[in-house]
Amino acid sequence: MKRSSSGPVLGDDLGPRAQRMVNIVSAVVVLLLAALVWIGVQRLRSNGQLTADKWRWSTNLRVQRFLLVGLLNTVKVAVVAMVLSLAVGALLALGRVAPQRPVRFVATVVIEFFRAMPLLLLILFIGLTFPTHHLPVGAFWYLVIGLTAYNGAVLGEVFRAGIASLDRGQTEAAQALGMRWWQTMRLVVVPQALRRMVPAIVSQLVTLLKDTSLGYVLPYEELLRRGRELGQDFTLHQPALQSLIEVAALYAIVNFTLSRIARRLELHQRRSGRGAAPAVTGALEMAALDAQARTMPDPT
Amino acid sequence: MNIVLSHLGDYAHGMEQTVVLTLVSYLGAFVIGLAVASCRVSPVPPLRAIGTLYVDIVRNVPLLVQFFIFFFGLTKVGIQFAPFTTAIIVLSMYHGAFVGEVVRAGINTVDKGQIDAARALGFTFPAVLVQLVLPQAIRSVVQPLGNVFIALIKNSSVAYFISVVELLGTADRLNTETAQGIPVFIGAAVGYLILALSSAYVLRQMEKRLAVVR
Repeated sequence: MKRSSSGPVLGDDLGPRAQRMVNIVSAVVVLLLAALVWIGVQRLRSNGQLTADKWRWSTNLRVQRFLLVGLLNTVKVAVVAMVLSLAVGALLALGRVAPQRPVRFVATVVIEFFRAMPLLLLILFIGLTFPTHHLPVGAFWYLVIGLTAYNGAVLGEVFRAGIASLDRGQTEAAQALGMRWWQTMRLVVVPQALRRMVPAIVSQLVTLLKDTSLGYVLPYEELLRRGRELGQDFTLHQPALQSLIEVAALYAIVNFTLSRIARRLELHQRRSGRGAAPAVTGALEMAALDAQARTMPDPT
Repeated sequence: MNIVLSHLGDYAHGMEQTVVLTLVSYLGAFVIGLAVASCRVSPVPPLRAIGTLYVDIVRNVPLLVQFFIFFFGLTKVGIQFAPFTTAIIVLSMYHGAFVGEVVRAGINTVDKGQIDAARALGFTFPAVLVQLVLPQAIRSVVQPLGNVFIALIKNSSVAYFISVVELLGTADRLNTETAQGIPVFIGAAVGYLILALSSAYVLRQMEKRLAVVR
C-alpha cells in the first residue's frame, strides 16, 4: 500500500462521497488562507512596510555580507561548542556507567544539574561574572562555555541512553572474552552506541545552533545581533521587521537542512536494521517512538 | 548567600511568574499541538501542507528570533501586546510545534485496524480523530509530552529579553541592584532546580497513571 509522502493519512483510500467532502474543505481552506495573506499584505502596506525604502537594503551587497558574516559567526560558535559538547558528553556518559560508585554519583549530579538549567541563565552568569574575575577571554568563549556546559550534559544523557539501549549480552560477551571495563567500552559498547545516536546528535546540533542566538546578551556578533543592528540603522530606513524576516529565513534554511539530514540518517538506520533490534515488535515500535522523541523534542 | 535570603520574597514572585508563564503557555502549546497534529494527518491536502509548514518554520527558527519578531517586528504593523502576553503567545506557538510532532508520533502508534473499523461504522474523519485516535495517541506519548513541559520551564527564561520579570529576570534585577552576581544567580539556579525536579516528579506520577505502552 502506498502512503502519501506528507505523512500517514488515517485509514484507507477515500470513497467518492468523502472525496467530494475533502475537495470542498480544501477549497474553503485555500480561500481562507488567501484572505489571510491578503489581510497581511494590506496591513504591511498601510503601515508603510512595503515601500522601496524599507527593502532597498536587501539588494545591497555590503549589507548582505554583514549578515552573512553574522551567520558565519553563528556557525563558528556552534561548531566549536558542538565538538566540545561531544567530548564532555562522552566523558559524562562514561562516568555514569563507570564501575566506581562515586564517579557515577558525580556524573549524575553534573548531568542533572546542567540539564535543569536554562541555557540563558548559564550564559548570563558567565557573561556577568567572568569579566569581573579577570578571566581574559572574549564573548566567543563565554558563549562556547555556556553552550558546552548545557549541551554536554544533554548529550551525556543521550549517550547514556544509547549505551543502555545495547543488549546486555554485548557487555557480557566482552567480559566472557576477558576484556577489561575500558576495553569493553572502547571496542564494543561505544562504537555501537555512537552509531545509534548519530541522528540524535545531528538534531542536537540544530538545537545548539538555535541556542547560539542567546549570545545576543553577551554581546556576541552573531546573526541575530547583526540583524537587529541592521534593523535599527537610520541610513537604511530602520528595516526592523524586514531584517528579522531575513534572519529567521537564514536560520530556517540552515536548520531545515540539518533536520533533513538527521531524519534521513534515522530512516537509513532503521531500514538497514542497525537501530534498536529487540525481538518484540511492540518494544521495537516503542523504541522507534522513543528515538523519534529523542530526535525531536527538547525544544530548547 | 545573605543576599538571596534577604530577597526570598523577590525570588518567590519570580518563580510564581515563571510557573504561571509555563502553565498557561503549556496549555496553549497543547491546544496548538493537537490542532497541528490533526492537520498533519487529515485527508485535506492544504491542511496537511499548513501543518507541515508551521512545524518546519517554528521548529527551525530560534525562540529568541520569534520573540523579537512578535515584540519588535509586529509593532511596525500596529500589532502590540504587553510583554507577558507576548511571552505566552510566542512560547505557546513555539512549543505547540513540538507538541504537534510528539502527538503525531503518538498517532502513528494507534492500530490502523481500529481506524478502518471506525470508518466502516460510518464515523467521519473528525469523529475518528477526536473520539478514537487522539485519546489513545496522547496516552502513548505521556513521557515526551512531559519533556516538552520541562523544556518550557527553561525556555520561559527567554522572556527576560522582553523585560518580563520571571525568575531569571528577578536574578538579573537583583544583580544590578546589589552587584553580587554569583550568589544572586545561584539563587535563581536553585529555583529552576526546584521547578525542574518537582515537575519531573509530578510527571513521573502522571506517567504511571496514564501511560499506555503499545
